[in-house]
Amino acid sequence: MTTFDYAPAPESRAVVDIAPSYGLFIDGEFTEAADGKVFKTVSPSSEEVLSEVAQAGEADVDRAVKAARKAFTTWSAIPGAERAKYLFRIARIIQERSRELAVLETLDNGKPIRETRDADLPLVAAHFFYYAGWADKLDHAGYGANPKPLGVAGQVIPWNFPLLMLAWKIAPALATGNTVVLKPAETTPLSALFFADICRQAGLPKGVVNILPGYGDAGAALVGHPDVNKVAFTGSTAVGKAIARSIAGTHKKVTLELGGKGANIVFDDAPIDQAVEGIVNGIFFNQGQVCCAGSRLLLQESVADEVLDALKRRLSTLRIGDPLDKNTDVGAINSAEQLARITALADSGEAEGAERWSPACELPSSGYWFAPTLFTGVTQAHRIAREEIFGPVLSVLTFRTPAEAVEKANNSQYGLSAGIWTEKGSRILSVANQLRAGVVWANTFNKFDPTSPFGGYKESGFGREGGRHGLEAYLDV
Amino acid sequence: MSESEKAARLSVFKTYKLFVGGKFPRSESGRVYEVTDSKGRWLANAPQSSRKDARDAVVAARKAFAGWSGATAYNRGQILYRVAEMLEGRRDQFVREVGDAEGLSKSKAGAVVDAAIDRWVWYAGWTDKIAQIVGGANPVAGPYFNLSSPEPTGVVAILAPQESSFLGLVSVVAPVIATGNTAVVVTSEASPLPALSLGEVLATSDLPGGVVNLLSGRTAEIATPLAAHQDVNAIDLAGAEEVLAKELEIAAADNLKRVRRPQPVDWAADPGTERLTSFLETKTVWHPAGGSGSSGAAY
Repeated sequence: MTTFDYAPAPESRAVVDIAPSYGLFIDGEFTEAADGKVFKTVSPSSEEVLSEVAQAGEADVDRAVKAARKAFTTWSAIPGAERAKYLFRIARIIQERSRELAVLETLDNGKPIRETRDADLPLVAAHFFYYAGWADKLDHAGYGANPKPLGVAGQVIPWNFPLLMLAWKIAPALATGNTVVLKPAETTPLSALFFADICRQAGLPKGVVNILPGYGDAGAALVGHPDVNKVAFTGSTAVGKAIARSIAGTHKKVTLELGGKGANIVFDDAPIDQAVEGIVNGIFFNQGQVCCAGSRLLLQESVADEVLDALKRRLSTLRIGDPLDKNTDVGAINSAEQLARITALADSGEAEGAERWSPACELPSSGYWFAPTLFTGVTQAHRIAREEIFGPVLSVLTFRTPAEAVEKANNSQYGLSAGIWTEKGSRILSVANQLRAGVVWANTFNKFDPTSPFGGYKESGFGREGGRHGLEAYLDV
Repeated sequence: MSESEKAARLSVFKTYKLFVGGKFPRSESGRVYEVTDSKGRWLANAPQSSRKDARDAVVAARKAFAGWSGATAYNRGQILYRVAEMLEGRRDQFVREVGDAEGLSKSKAGAVVDAAIDRWVWYAGWTDKIAQIVGGANPVAGPYFNLSSPEPTGVVAILAPQESSFLGLVSVVAPVIATGNTAVVVTSEASPLPALSLGEVLATSDLPGGVVNLLSGRTAEIATPLAAHQDVNAIDLAGAEEVLAKELEIAAADNLKRVRRPQPVDWAADPGTERLTSFLETKTVWHPAGGSGSSGAAY
């Protein structure tokens, strides 16, 4: 087969100006960490150091919580309509600066510019715009008259969608009148610090949003701070459980958005070409570093070979490389640590007897890279069928009947997402009904919207983000 | 008829038993404990449930979950209403038992039982309305029909309130099962008898066996294995004191049970919908509408 090569089409880095160093953002000011610690953030696609960032410790957490507590008194008291306008301003500034933020996010995270430009940033702006409108309508949200905010929200977010997870956390918190201390992940602190600048441009009162780049110890200090009223965490199930334990016996309200092992179920009457696109999107979007990824592919036996052939053909056309290139489909893995985790789990797949396949592709020599990979001959007992890999690795299983598909899909400690591919409407509805998962995509995958509640069953966490449901997490109801 | 034959008739005592899987077993441990009224007079021996009884009850509750959560909301509503009907018919018995258990006068106990009956009616009406209140279509920015619906969390362990042994019990159990969950209930430790008698009502109300399982005994002893149980999805700590509640919440984190912490409640007040929504999950399903398949997303 003849293929035409694409010429490089890199997005310009000139649109973003990254300072050599950044401070913590506390009480409206950028400041050094109390103990003067800093850490470097690198571009995962090249290992180039992008900036040096202040590293928050316990004393900084305390200072930020105090600032947020102080700001809470005034912020919670201003009319909802005024709070709304701050959030509308933020949404608009994000739209204005979206190209800059997209490039920044791609540099710091390693994901393709096509995704930051077309998915992350539009969703970030939309999320603020959506929750802005709720700020003066809370009486109508179904939580009784005049529902009250909780107070200071301590929020800890992951590195896979740095700015989008920030938006999911901060927008509903501010709309409902809470103030925020947010810790971005240590590998992706930059977009949160740029967001601090957006808060400044929007004229947001000081102390309402505080940003503390740092490691897990800062996150633990924040979650454990006695003056934090609300804990919101997105990340691993192990850390989520530790948080649930640490807040036991307190009055802290908590929402946890944790891991997943989503089943993507393809029935024999599915539109195969569309299903293949959905499978690819389900597991290779953001290099598979997505909690709701469709990482278990369940194929009905009668079409398994056909789907696998088409899938392999499609994977051979994926373009892997420079995340800033507008033609790139698959970017870099976020960190060396994550790459090691993916590598170890993929190796266990081979060791346990599953068959490994990757398209022929050249990976860049520097940076953190993992080729799109699929495993066939996977059983439900294999680690790659049970554990979240959080990388571009797809485990393929087969089934004969819809009942078996449901049984296998639900055979997981997780319950975050699932996909159903079939042309039969009644089958979609009956299977969707039986799946124990918080988000089900029928004939599509990995779609997100600020109006659509997102969150898991079982050990994928509890509470919902997005939509009217997302307000509850930040209200004293 | 001679005088001696007219002598006071000796009453028939009831053997109070557990209610598990629709049956009335004794504790597998063979243990009982003495239950007294508020003045310390012996009322009955109640089964003192063991860790094994708790596990058996979870198995029964899990087994009942598919059928109960899959029943129509209308059907569940009728069954909850049937519970109210059965209770109304046995009102005198419960007035006596609640009066003995909580040291209430006949009229006060009567008010408590009436409130409990009315609570079943309140929740019976909710079964086919809650989805319309907490679910609905979401106007996503793209060619999709997007619908959020509430679903029951699963098997819920309930520590019933210690003081309000009947109205409190009904107030925590009815909302859990109204939405399709199944329940393993630890009754008031000191006053388990009204709860155990409720089992007899539930057994004759068309409620499928296993939907509600009632265990009497030492709260901490039964609650500890329930909080740690990997096949329990949620726990209501209403009847736990502070230290125990914290221990149980820590144990519950191991499989991320949904935890409802204890808080002061006026059981006579309007219950609202809080307890209904505490044990619900929200499922959101995306369906393409126009366009086709995975293409056509528009942000």
